[in-house]
Amino acid sequence: MDFLVPSNIPPLPTYHVMNHDGQLADPTREPPTVSEEQALVWYKNMLTVNIMDTIMFEAQRHGRLSFYMVSAGEEAITVGSAAALGPDDVITCQYRETGVFMQRGFTLKDFMSQLTANRNDPGKGRNMPVHYSGKNKVGVHAVASTLGTQIPHATGVAYAFKMEALEDPTATPKVAACYFGDGAASEGDFHAALNTAAVRKCPVIFICRNNGFAISTPTSEQYIGDGIAVRGIGYGIESIRVDGTDIFAVYEATQEARRKALEDGGRPVLLEFMSYRVSHHSTSDDSFAYRRRDEAESWSSRNSPITRLRKWLEKRGVWDEEMDKKARKEIRGGVLRELTAAEKEKKPALRGIFDDVYAELTEEAQEQRLELKRLFEKFPGEYDLHEHEGGVGGL
Amino acid sequence: MAPIRIPRKIFPPSRWCYSTAASPHSRLNLPIDYKSTPLLHHTSSALPDSLGLPSSSTSKSLNLYQAINSALRTALATSNQVLLFGEDVAFGGVFRCSMDLQTEFGSERVFNTPLTEQGIVGFAIGAAAEGMKPVAEIQFADYVFPAFDQIVNEAAKFRYREGNTGTSVGGLVIRMPCGAVGHGALYHTQSPEALFAHIPGVRVVMPRSPSQAKGLLLASIFEHNDPVIFMEPKILYRAAVEHVPNEYYTIPLSKAEVLKPGNDLTIISYGQPLYLCSSAIAAAEKDFGANIELIDLRTIYPWDRETVLDSVKKTGRAIVVHESMINYGVGAEVAATIQDQAFLRLEAPVKRVAGWTTHTGLVYEKIIMPDVARIYDAIKQTLEY
Repeated sequence: MDFLVPSNIPPLPTYHVMNHDGQLADPTREPPTVSEEQALVWYKNMLTVNIMDTIMFEAQRHGRLSFYMVSAGEEAITVGSAAALGPDDVITCQYRETGVFMQRGFTLKDFMSQLTANRNDPGKGRNMPVHYSGKNKVGVHAVASTLGTQIPHATGVAYAFKMEALEDPTATPKVAACYFGDGAASEGDFHAALNTAAVRKCPVIFICRNNGFAISTPTSEQYIGDGIAVRGIGYGIESIRVDGTDIFAVYEATQEARRKALEDGGRPVLLEFMSYRVSHHSTSDDSFAYRRRDEAESWSSRNSPITRLRKWLEKRGVWDEEMDKKARKEIRGGVLRELTAAEKEKKPALRGIFDDVYAELTEEAQEQRLELKRLFEKFPGEYDLHEHEGGVGGL
Repeated sequence: MAPIRIPRKIFPPSRWCYSTAASPHSRLNLPIDYKSTPLLHHTSSALPDSLGLPSSSTSKSLNLYQAINSALRTALATSNQVLLFGEDVAFGGVFRCSMDLQTEFGSERVFNTPLTEQGIVGFAIGAAAEGMKPVAEIQFADYVFPAFDQIVNEAAKFRYREGNTGTSVGGLVIRMPCGAVGHGALYHTQSPEALFAHIPGVRVVMPRSPSQAKGLLLASIFEHNDPVIFMEPKILYRAAVEHVPNEYYTIPLSKAEVLKPGNDLTIISYGQPLYLCSSAIAAAEKDFGANIELIDLRTIYPWDRETVLDSVKKTGRAIVVHESMINYGVGAEVAATIQDQAFLRLEAPVKRVAGWTTHTGLVYEKIIMPDVARIYDAIKQTLEY
């Protein structure tokens, strides 16, 4: 009688391409098939996310936003994986994937419109900051705060793509990709999503950002097994663990996962990108209540994904200190300019209170709308609605 | 890298307010002044009497999260059967309700769980069935839904299904912060008490204040043989401060409280909107010379029908106020019961003032929630009917 003993199984290795100096860890292998132009775009995108995060975190402290979440330490995961996806692939994500939106074409104006909940936000100012609505522009479903709920959606999206491909075998093949954290992988939805995807052979890439924390809960209290990737094996899903601070490793793993996902009519793949949540969970959190103050700093100084790619670029002679300074200054200026412009925009019209709950306004909602209008007119001094596009008339 | 600073508050009320509902010209829709509201015990003098405690009992001024912390500490010290767990509970919880409790009572009794609400509640049910008194924390009421199956099909039906074996999950308490804070949008705002109140077998409780919270939570853990959904209005965690007795005491479940007597109209509410009702009543009594009774339901289900019906039979007019959506809400149940059992005493239709039938979009949050002007208007309409 042989029981499988977890401690007898060697831990899953971590795939990486670069070393900490931004050079090939294995000098005998071919360099990544990434052009310098591509790598420069990724670097600037990571830098933009990082600088925008810094500014918006501060902006929240100054009362200009109600909330913000940064993704420091995880920029390579989101930018590098998004770079390997196809333009028509559809993504469902959690709330720490700003780099995905960035890499797929969100502009600073797009970010700022959502963060300030103005009338240009496709989410109509309804969602908390960083809960971006990117379906039309970048193929990402609008973000919910709930954890894990988006994972089975990706399985369903992938199945829809599989059916489309059966209908029209000449169409460009598409996959679904789903981002989630190490904590969300404890939710039932994670397990339901993986198992269903495996059984229905769905072309979906499950992307876990393992950053070591679910708010205050370290992974040591989240799971006892060898991380998230090994769970894929239990569902019959090909899985890999990757250094999430090494953008080339992230890119290569996602590229290969996408190839596998589309092979033979489709199948799911699980990626576990290892990183560390450098920042507080959000502006509502104080991580020094549960971790040492210097822990994040010492991790960043050794593992920053941005520094790592910068070293690679510098060694190739396509980037230097001067260019870096200039880029940072430009990005900072752009963020501040777009933030100020976004704050000046009107808020969405008041009709957004009742619109979109059902496809058409119900008779009851229509009555509530009229009742609200009556109250606004009866108590004009009690409501200040001028910031909304069209004022009371916008209801 | 993001600048790392220590926020003073885990969920700080932002100076930046998305909703523009309040106007500089407001007379009614003013921010609630929790320091002067008559609904809180600002001194210790009347406290022992109102809670039926000896006059020698001592008290401390606490906010709601501190009162919950005091209740949990009292419960853990009272019985080794009490367990406390949930997401991020070990470091004190995102709202600080479990602060220092792991240090005081050990990591076997106070601990973090993996991030799975269905797992947390299912685990709690199993422990309760074997005689433990598990206090499970769901981080936000908005996140309780994965646990719905465990609550509706398991906790609520446990005793009924077991029949003659006499096994129950009494002692199980599922705590969750609920309600609007002004910028929680779709997923940090919901108040799903009506969904639970539709399920026979679970008790649904929502305290209005620190001293109420401690007594109701201890009663939920120790004095009832039913699973309890204990909903804490999170806006009150820091805002509501009052004297709270230091000792163990309980407040009976399923018993409403008349907070202010009156003869012309009864307002029935619970949780945070009671403060809005109190402000609206003050303005209406001044403007119309009416005399209005205010009732705190305290337990939403099974609810104290007698206190409400006695009041409405006396006043002949009633308004129900709650924050969650009006459609199929608590107000519907209360209003239907009143018209069924006090119809001949009614001088006006029973009115409901509640959240509009929609989701709580960020920029619209304050407009969607009931406010003082809406309650004031409902009072006027009901009195003039």
